[in-house]
Amino acid sequence: MSIKSYPSHPDITDEMWEKIDAIIDANKDIAGSVIGVLRMSQDIVGYLPVELIDHIAEGMNLPASQVFGVTTFYSLFTLKPKGRNIIKVCTGTACYVKGIKEVISHITNKHGIREGETMSDRRFSLEGVRCLGACGLAPVMIVKEDIHGNLKPDEVVGILDNYN
Amino acid sequence: MSKNRMQLMLCGGTGCHSTGSKKFELALQKELEAKGLAEEIKIIETGCNGFCAVGPVMLVQPEGVFYQKLKVEDVPLLVEEHFLKGRPVKKLFFVEQKSKEAIPNINDIPFFSNQIYRAMRNKGAIDPEVIDEYIARDGYFAAAKALNDMTPEEIVEQVKISQIRGRGGAGFPTGMKWSFAAASSGDEKFVLCNADEGDPGAFMDRSLLESDPHAILEGMIIAAKAINARQGYIYCRTEYQLAIRRLEIAIRQAKEYGLLGENILDSGFSFNIDIYQGAGAFVCGEETALMRSIEGKRGMPRPRPPFPALKGLWDKPTILNNVETLANIPQIILNGGEWYASIGTEKSKGTKVFALSGDVNNIGLVEVPMGLPIRKLIYDIGGGIPGGKKFKAVQLGGPSGGCVPEHKLDTPIDYEEIAKVGAIMGSGGAIVMDENTCMVDMARFFMDFIQDESCGKCTPCREGTRRMLELLEKICHGEGEDGDIETLETLSAVISQSALCGLGQTAANPVLSTLRFFRDEYEAHIKDKVCPAKRCIALLKFEVDPEKCKKCGLCYKACPANAITWQKKEVAVIDTGKCVKCMSCFDKCKFDAIF
Repeated sequence: MSIKSYPSHPDITDEMWEKIDAIIDANKDIAGSVIGVLRMSQDIVGYLPVELIDHIAEGMNLPASQVFGVTTFYSLFTLKPKGRNIIKVCTGTACYVKGIKEVISHITNKHGIREGETMSDRRFSLEGVRCLGACGLAPVMIVKEDIHGNLKPDEVVGILDNYN
Repeated sequence: MSKNRMQLMLCGGTGCHSTGSKKFELALQKELEAKGLAEEIKIIETGCNGFCAVGPVMLVQPEGVFYQKLKVEDVPLLVEEHFLKGRPVKKLFFVEQKSKEAIPNINDIPFFSNQIYRAMRNKGAIDPEVIDEYIARDGYFAAAKALNDMTPEEIVEQVKISQIRGRGGAGFPTGMKWSFAAASSGDEKFVLCNADEGDPGAFMDRSLLESDPHAILEGMIIAAKAINARQGYIYCRTEYQLAIRRLEIAIRQAKEYGLLGENILDSGFSFNIDIYQGAGAFVCGEETALMRSIEGKRGMPRPRPPFPALKGLWDKPTILNNVETLANIPQIILNGGEWYASIGTEKSKGTKVFALSGDVNNIGLVEVPMGLPIRKLIYDIGGGIPGGKKFKAVQLGGPSGGCVPEHKLDTPIDYEEIAKVGAIMGSGGAIVMDENTCMVDMARFFMDFIQDESCGKCTPCREGTRRMLELLEKICHGEGEDGDIETLETLSAVISQSALCGLGQTAANPVLSTLRFFRDEYEAHIKDKVCPAKRCIALLKFEVDPEKCKKCGLCYKACPANAITWQKKEVAVIDTGKCVKCMSCFDKCKFDAIF
C-alpha cells in the first residue's frame, strides 16, 4: 500500500487534499471546468494559497499561469486567508442610496477593518460585495450565512457581537 | 394531488427567507397540525412574490387575501381567526401609504393591480420545485408544440412577429438573433441563458429563476429547436444559490419526465442543459466574455464581428438570451407572436420587468406593459417617495444607464424614448432617489463600480474610467477646479467611441446623464465647495445651526462617538475633534440643522 504524499501547507490537511484530488479527478477531462474546481477547492480550504493553485494546475493539466490568471480575475477567489466570520456588506446601488456607507463606517470604527481587510485574530473579514439582489431589504449585510436587512447603522455593532 | 379547502402561498424568495419566512412556515405548519387543519389547508412555498419590501408575505387562496410582514407571533391569531372562523386578520393586511387604508384583497392593492404578468405569470402561484404545478399551468405545452408541430423556421417567424427584444439591456430583436444562428452552418451549436445578473439594484433574473425555473428551461428548449442546438448552458451568478438549487431540481425533474435529454417527447429532438456558476465578474454579462468564462478562461470580451451567432462558445454558432427574454418565449409560441405584440408601443412590444428599489415605498419586482409612463411606475405601483421627501431622479439601466429627473417622468417605457432622455432600458433596475441623494456622488459610485469591474483589456476603459473616477473623487472631496467638468466630458466622448465592449462604451453614461440634468450640483461642488444634498462628507462642516436646531437631542443619542454635547433646552454642539463623520446625526436630524 502506498501512502500518497501531498504538498505541505499549514492550512490544508491531508483530508482536504484528498477531497480536492477527488474534485480534480472528476473534472479534469471536462473542458472549461477549472473555475468550478477552484470554487469547490476554495470552499474546502477557505482560500486559494499558491501551492493549491499549482496543485490544481498540474492536476488539470493546465499552465499554472493560466490558472493563476483565472484566480485573480474573478472576485470570488481569494489568495489570502479569511476571518472566521465573513461580513459581506452589499455595495449595490439600492444599499448605497439607503446608507451602507454609514453601516461600513460603524464596523470600521468598532473593529478597525476596512473593506477587503481581515482582523489580526481572524474574527471578522469585511467584504464589500456586488448587489446581492435583495434590494427590498436595503441596506443589507450577510454575516456567515445570515442575511441581515433593513440595517440601522447604530444596530450593526450589536448584531456583530453575536459572532465570535 | 389532493384537494385542499385553502392554499397558503407563502413566499420563499431570498427576500422573504431573510425576513424569517422559514421560521414562520414551521410555526404555521405546527399550529395547523395542532388544530387538525393540516389535511384541509396546505402551505405552498412559492418563488419570489415580488413585493419584497413587506416580507414575509403570504397569499391565501382561493379568496385572495394578502398578508404582509408576518411574524411567528401572528400564527395563533391567524389560524384561530381566519382559518377556523373565517375572519381575515386586519392587522396583517397591506396598508396603503397615502390613504392609510388596510386592503385585504391582493387584486385591490395598487402594487399588484397595475401590473400585467407575462414573464412572471407563475410567480407566487406555483411551487417552483414541483414540475406538475408548472405543467398544470400549461407548462411545456409550448415546447411540445414547437418540437412536434413546428419547423425551426416557423418558430423563428413567431418570435419575429412578437417583436420581442432582448431584455438583458441592449434590446436587440430576439427573432433576428435566432435567425442568424439558425442560418449558420455547423453541426454543433449552443443555446446560452445569461443569468449573470450584475447590475447593482437589479434582481429580476434571480426572482424569475427562483419562482418559475421551468419557464426558462422551456424557453431554452424552444430556442434549441429553432437553431438546432443539442446543448445549453445557464450561466448563473454563484451568489444566487437558491436560484441554482431550484434550477438543478427543475432540470432533474424535466429529465425524469422526458422533457430534457434524448428524444424529447418522442420528437426525435435531443437537448441537454447544464448550469455554469460564474465567479464574480460584472464584465461576464457581456456575451463574448461570458463565453470565454464558460471555456474556463478569464472572462474578457473580444472584438465583434465575428458575432456569436457565427462563432461563439468554443467558436461554434451560439445564441445568448437573457432570463426574462427566455421566460417570455413559451407564451409567445403558445399564443402566437401577434398576441405578444398586441400590447406595447410601436417599437417596444410586450411587457418589461423592473426591480423597483431605493427611496420608494413599495420596493419589489413589477411587470408592466411597455408604454407606461415612468411616473406611473413610481407613483402608482411604487406608491411614491417615503417620509414626505421630494423625488429627485430615477436611475434606469444601472452603471450603463442614466437618470430620469422629475420633468422627464412622463417618458413612456420604450427603448427609444428612454434612450432619448439619456438613460437606457437596461435589464430593469429602477432605483429611485430622493432629494437627499447627491448626484455627483452617485456618478462617482457608478464610476467606482465600472473602473473596478473593467477587465483591463482595452486602454480607453481601463485607464479612462480610472481618470474619470479620480476627477469625480476630487470633486466630491471639495478639490474640484474649473475645467474638471469639461475634462470629464472629453474623456466620456473618447471612452464611448473607442472602448472594446458594451461595458466601456456605456461607462460614461451615468456621468453624462447627471451632467445633463444636474450640472448645477457639479458646479456647487466645484465653485461653492458645497454639496447641496449633504452627502459628500468632505464638504460638510459637522456643525449645528442654532437657528434651525430644535434642541430635541436626537443627534446626541445617535452619535456613536460621544462627540455631541446636549442638554434639555440647549442647542447641541458637535466636537469636531471627536467626530468620526459617520453621518448618524445627519440621518436623525429632522430639522436640517446640521451642515
